[in-house]
Amino acid sequence: MTSVFNEQGQNIPCTVIQAGPCVVTQIKTEDTDGYNSVQLGWGERKDKHTTKALKGHFKKSDTTPKRKLVEFRDFKELYDGEVSLGQSVTVSNVFSEGDFVDAIGVSKGKGYQGVVRRHNFRGVGDATHGQHNRERAPGSIGAASYPSRVFKGMKMAGRMGGERVKVLNLQVLKILEEQNLILVSGAVPGAKNSVIILEK
Amino acid sequence: MSDLIKLVESEYAEVRGKYPKFKSGDTINVHVKIREGNKERVQQFRGTVIQRKNTNTNGETFTVRKISNGVGIERIFPILSPNIEKIELVRKGKVRRAKLYYLRGKQGKAARIKEKI
Repeated sequence: MTSVFNEQGQNIPCTVIQAGPCVVTQIKTEDTDGYNSVQLGWGERKDKHTTKALKGHFKKSDTTPKRKLVEFRDFKELYDGEVSLGQSVTVSNVFSEGDFVDAIGVSKGKGYQGVVRRHNFRGVGDATHGQHNRERAPGSIGAASYPSRVFKGMKMAGRMGGERVKVLNLQVLKILEEQNLILVSGAVPGAKNSVIILEK
Repeated sequence: MSDLIKLVESEYAEVRGKYPKFKSGDTINVHVKIREGNKERVQQFRGTVIQRKNTNTNGETFTVRKISNGVGIERIFPILSPNIEKIELVRKGKVRRAKLYYLRGKQGKAARIKEKI
């Protein structure tokens, strides 16, 4: 992340995202697939890591194997101009400065975490007055002989992070057309250099 | 720092370049724009630079310390802030550290800094 100043002199934290160039790899229509959408490919994938099935798929749009394939419904409405197979899509084709976008990514894995960190519990009781080892405890997880089981979905310790997260309404602060870079306000999910999906 | 961030921040190197080079220990005069309602005026803040943080990034700040009516005042400026009109280098100081936090406990004679000639 970095930061830029806006016209009002406010310092806005922002994230730099490499958003393209993408390639149209498939166009789905109501006749063939039952719904309308456009599939975009981004990034390079090594030939030896591409299955034969995928190679055939990329051959149809006459492109090299791509790292990530994502489908977008309503893409044609956002895109100015015709959408054709194998066509290259750049940042400025879709986004403009001032737009609000949503970012979808996989959050950083936090490992096995207790309830205080994972579910914002407050622990049990005091730190002092003779209490011990209850500071970060979950407390009771249910009643007694009725229901004599723990309800499903009870908030307990466990693996945290590494899940799909969507962050809404990030403003596009700046677009660098040549490098296909986009600056959005705030943070996006995931580690550095991870792949995210931007929706308008 | 990733190359993409460097690329984005390199555009702002120009803003940083228009100020004179200064470091901690130097005495500077910062001209700050202040907006009062619709009017805008310029205020000067003169003091000793006691630190520069996150240098060569967009988040770079510097702290200026001065004694006003016997009370120590510290003000932190982001170097890329559009509210800074100009910075004047008044006096170069000779110091042996990058962060002059030790000045906070001192006043008068003890808080002097030798001039670098």
